[in-house]
This record gives sequence, C-alpha cells and structure tokens, in this order.
Amino acid sequence: MLASLHSANNSQAPVAHFSSEQSCLSIDHFSLAYAGKVALRELTLSVPRHRVTAFIGPSGCGKSTLLRAINRLHDLNESVTHSGQVTLEGQDIHDPQMNVTELRRRVGMVFQTPNPFPMSIYENVAFGLRLQHRLPKRKRDDIIEWALTSAALWDEVKDRLHRSAWQLSGGQQQRLVIARTLAVQPDVLLLDEPASALDPISTLKIEELIRNLKSELTLVLVTHNMQQAARVSDYTAFLHHGELVEYGPTDQVFTNPRLQHTENYITGRVT
Amino acid sequence: MTPVSASFRRFHWLNGLWPWLCAASVALSLLMLGALLSLLLVRGLGHFWPATLEEVTLRSGDTFAGHVVREVSLPQQAGDERLYFTGNRDIEGVRWRWVAIDEITERAQPVDLIRLERSPWGDFIGRLVALEQPDQRWEGNAAWQRLTALLALPANQRQDSQLLLTTADGQTVRQPLANVVSAQAPNAMSWWQKTVAWSEGVWLFLSEGPRAANTSGGVWPAIFGTVLMVILMSVIVTPFGVLAAIYLNEIAHQGRLTHVVRVGVRNLAGVPSIVYGVFGLGVFVYGIGGSLDTWFFSDTLPSPTFGTGGLLWASLTLALLTLPVVIVATEEGLARIPDDQREGAVALGATRLEMLTRIVLPTAAPAMLTGVILAVARAAGEVAPLMLVGVAKLAPQMPLDGEFPYLHLERKFMHLGYHLFDTAFHGEDVQAAIPLVYATALLLVLIVLGLNLTAIFLRHYLRRQRGNEC
Repeated sequence: MLASLHSANNSQAPVAHFSSEQSCLSIDHFSLAYAGKVALRELTLSVPRHRVTAFIGPSGCGKSTLLRAINRLHDLNESVTHSGQVTLEGQDIHDPQMNVTELRRRVGMVFQTPNPFPMSIYENVAFGLRLQHRLPKRKRDDIIEWALTSAALWDEVKDRLHRSAWQLSGGQQQRLVIARTLAVQPDVLLLDEPASALDPISTLKIEELIRNLKSELTLVLVTHNMQQAARVSDYTAFLHHGELVEYGPTDQVFTNPRLQHTENYITGRVT
Repeated sequence: MTPVSASFRRFHWLNGLWPWLCAASVALSLLMLGALLSLLLVRGLGHFWPATLEEVTLRSGDTFAGHVVREVSLPQQAGDERLYFTGNRDIEGVRWRWVAIDEITERAQPVDLIRLERSPWGDFIGRLVALEQPDQRWEGNAAWQRLTALLALPANQRQDSQLLLTTADGQTVRQPLANVVSAQAPNAMSWWQKTVAWSEGVWLFLSEGPRAANTSGGVWPAIFGTVLMVILMSVIVTPFGVLAAIYLNEIAHQGRLTHVVRVGVRNLAGVPSIVYGVFGLGVFVYGIGGSLDTWFFSDTLPSPTFGTGGLLWASLTLALLTLPVVIVATEEGLARIPDDQREGAVALGATRLEMLTRIVLPTAAPAMLTGVILAVARAAGEVAPLMLVGVAKLAPQMPLDGEFPYLHLERKFMHLGYHLFDTAFHGEDVQAAIPLVYATALLLVLIVLGLNLTAIFLRHYLRRQRGNEC
C-alpha cells in the first residue's frame, strides 16, 4: 500500500494522511460560504497521487462544492467567500501568483450531465488545445486521437469526427467530455457524479475508464452511488453538513467504518 | 354521492366545441391573410397586363377609345356606369371617362388601336397614321414597324422623327418621337406577346425611377433606398443590441436594477414609432446634425448638410426603434444556453472572454439572427418616423453612387412605404395611382418577406452547421 495510514486522535475526524510526495492535492482548514451560508466547514484532507478518491455523502453535504472549489469554478459566482488553503502539488491555488486558467487546465472537471459543446466531435476535443497554443495540425490530430483512445471512445467515433457531438449517446458524450479534458493533459481529473445521468452499461464503461486512467493522473470522484464508490475508488471521504466525517481507504470505510454515522449512511439508514 | 351531471359544470357547452373554435380562428386568420395577399397579387400584377383597347360609340354619336377600368352600379336603379381610361390628356384635358352603359351603342376592339406611353402627358390612345422624318415618310403597317424599331434605339437617336396620329373621334395630332417612351398595339398581340409585354412592364416598374409625380414609371429608387436603409440599420443595431444583451445577461449582477432595466427595455419595444421619429428629429437631425454642420460644413450654411433629414439619421432612428427587439431576442438566446456549457469551457482553461466568443456567442448566434429578422421586418415597414428624419417624395440623387465618398449618408432617400403613402394620397391623379399603390404594396411585402427568408435560411444554416437547437 502506497499510503501510510494513521488512526487519528479521537477528537478529530478520522483522516488518512499522506506524505508530501504521495499527496497531490491537499486541503487545509478550508471553509466556503455562499452569500454567508456556510457550505464547507474547516475541511482538511489530502488526495493521493495516481489514485481514485471518492467523496460521498447525502445531498447538500458539500461534496460537489468542494470539487468545484478545487477548480476555482466558484470564481464565477461573486457571492462565494472562502478561507483556508487548497494546495496543488505544493502550490496554493488561491495565491495571486496562480494563473487561474492554467490551474483549470491542470485540474480538469467533468460534470454531472454531459456537456459537449455544440460543435463537431473533433472540435470538442480540440477546444482546450486551441486555447493553449497553436499546434501543427498533425500534432493536434495525434493528441486528439490519443485523448479519444484514452477515453475509450476512439473506435466508436473515428469515422465521424466531424459530425456534431450532440448526435452521440449520453454515455459517449460523457466519454467525449472526458477526452476533451484529457487532451489538455491535466494532473488531476475531477468527476462530479459523472455517471448519474447514464444507463447501467454506459456507467460501467465510465467506471472502467476511471480505473484505467489512474495510471495517468489523479482522480477525484463525487458520487451518490455507494456501490460505485466501492467499485472504483481507492480512498473514500464521507462528508456531512459541510464537514469531513471519515476518510480512509475504501475497503476500510465500507467494511469497517470507524464511526457509527458513516456506517449508518453506507448501509442506507440515514440519508 | 350522486354523479354530477355534465350540464352542471361551468362552460359544459364548450365541450367538443372548443377545438372547432380554435380551428375556426386559425382558418379565419389564414383566410384574411390569403385575401390580403391575393388582392395585392391580382391588383398589383394585373396592372402590367396589356389591357384590351375598345372603341366605344355613344348614343350621342360621340366616339372614344380606351380600356375598361371598372363598372359601378348607381344607387336607386339609375343604371350602371363604366369607367374608361382614355389617356390623351393633352387633347381632351382628362384621362378618365365615366359612361352610362345604356348610352353605349357600339363596342369594338379594332386591331389598329395603339397605346403610346409619353413623357410628358402620359398615355395616348388612338391610331398611327404615319411616321415622318425630314427626308422620309412611312405609312400604315410600315410606320408601325419603323416605330417599334426606332423605340429600341436610345432617345437621342430619334429626335428628328415625328408621329402623325389620329384619335378615335378623328382629331389629328403630331407627336415628336423623342417624347415617346413605349408603344403597344394590345388588340393585335397574341397571348405570348402580352406575357412578354407584361414581364417588361414589371421589369420597368422595378428598374426605373418614378415619372409624372409618382403616378407612372417605376420604384427602383424606393426599393434601393428601403434596402440600403434597412441594411445600414442592421449594421448599427446588431452590435449595440448584442453587446447590451451580453452585459445584461452575462456580466451584470442579477439584481433589482438589472430587472428594472430589462423590463424597461421590453417596454421600449412598445413605444409608438412616431415618438422615435420625433426623438430622431430633435436629437439626431437638429442636435447632432446641426452641430456637425456648424463644425465641418459652415461654408455651405445656411443650407444644411447633416442638419436635415438624411439616410444616416433615418437608419439611426430605426436602429434605436429596433434595439429592444434585438436585445430581447439575444437575451433569450443567451438565457437558453445551459450554465454547464459555460462552466465546461471555463473548466478547460478558457478565460471569460474566450468562453463568450467561442461557446456562448456562436451558440446564441441563431437567436441573435432572430432578433435581427424581427428588427428588419419592423424597420422595413416603418413609415411614420421616416417622414420626420429623412425620407423624400422624390430624391434627386441616389444615396449610393459612383461619386466619392460613394455612400452619401446625408442625402435624403426614397422609401417604398412612404412612396406608397405619397402615391395613394398626394398624387394628382388618384385613379392612375390605385394600381401603382397595389403594386408597391405587393413589392413592400415581398421585400420584407425576402429579407426575412434570407435571415431565416442563414439561421437554419447556422443551426444545421452546429447541430444545436438554441
């Protein structure tokens, strides 16, 4: 096992700890409020590199909010205030020196409903690339093929790259969105309930994709689906009312949770 | 509990009837639209069909030639009267003749009756006796052939020719050929020749300037003025409207003030257009135009350059008038774009400007075009504000020509809507104006339809290309 786990002291939430070489993202006493209404309270956790970390918890517990904070998507909403630190590879993401567009390139995000842009499949994948730099067409084509292959979509779309992306099925669209994000070569991929709008077969494909991608990058998955978290993640964090309740290796959280609260949620006794 | 009888319910008699009521209102609307279009088509296009000329003899022994315009029944069984167009205003003093049908003893359609269109004096109806040149003379059929051959030449090459004509009642007239615009012998024409003459008539109507105080000739300057004004207006209104909509929808804090502004903009669309005309006259023409004149054109004062109505002020006024339409349509298009599209772009490392220009604006482009379509449809049909800010009954020069700077924004221009109004109400010969009014109205409808269709096809193309529904 890559991560060394320590049981935390009892007054603190049980938390998995990683050394700085293993940790990709670390969140330190991070709080966030929408127009004064607290959504995240003093969260502290770190996300290991090249692993899948799942955030679970009931609706409104703040797991999506946390995910969006890592990408600084809250910048678009002026009523959001925050305190504490989020560091990506040792760099504070809220540092004024930090280039927010560069941060978002390094931290890719996939949303709940597939949101391909209204353009061709090719242009969707090329979108992020075109923002970064001018590439020769050959090079760009190579990256697009690589990204679509990584997202397990290449074989299905290689003959219709210039057709509208909106003609794809929901599952294909979601994989296209993942390919679009992969094309800019992020370090971290944030997935906000990526399969909740998909049918079971598409869901399985996405899950398999998530498992395969962890050799390339660090993944953070928000999900409502306990089985999904158990199937794909290496670590699981349970959030409730904006606070971290329990965080540890998935096996442990699901089979032998430290707290009664976690067990109740996982077994479906509270929502 | 006893079941409630059907008749106990309110409006129970509407059951089964209401779909028919809805269908009937659709049918009635379609019927009225159809009636409007067919009236314009029949009256407008029928005017150019070469009418059969009649030689009419009255009980009094009087004889005249002309074509039937219409018949009316007089009240109290006083009989029917028929209106003839007789032309020959230079000889008889009038061009129209009301005749009681009982008075007519004989109606004939001799093939040698001809109609000449002249400038000045309008139409002549009668017979061609001879065509004379200083050294030569043609008579009868040869004269007619020579006449049609000469009319194909430019006017300055037939100045020495004269026509010897007789009217139906036997008066002889001499007519210099230089004044003749066209000649027709409708009674001798085959159906095919009439069709050709009809299409020539339509073409001349579309391609020539008006003659005889807008009671004959064509409407080309008015078509040109209308289209140019509408294009200028679109060029002005589109960027303003789109930028304003982007600010309201994408940038402004969505609070009470934004809401008030939005309601205000929607209500501006309902302000009567003449109010915009007054504003344009006061602010653009007198205010800005007057200042421009004192600063840059003081040597030509007191005759104004920009300080009077002109193409620029008319386009600006109509741009102001249609601004709310563009803003509202664009805003609706922007509001329809789901936020996850914006977030998707931003999450890939796009700046807000890149998100706007690469995702939001292209997706909202069809909605913007819808706004421009509505604006164009409204602007092309407006007359009232234009009367205050730059339209002319007869513009001596086109606003676009080969003379530097090519586009003359200060010039007055002609407009189909105003031309229609002027022909219908300010002409000296109302009877002659009626068919032109129908033809002009038809043309105005077709131009608005054409501008709309262009934009609709463009929008359809954009949608197809991007495969979206917005």
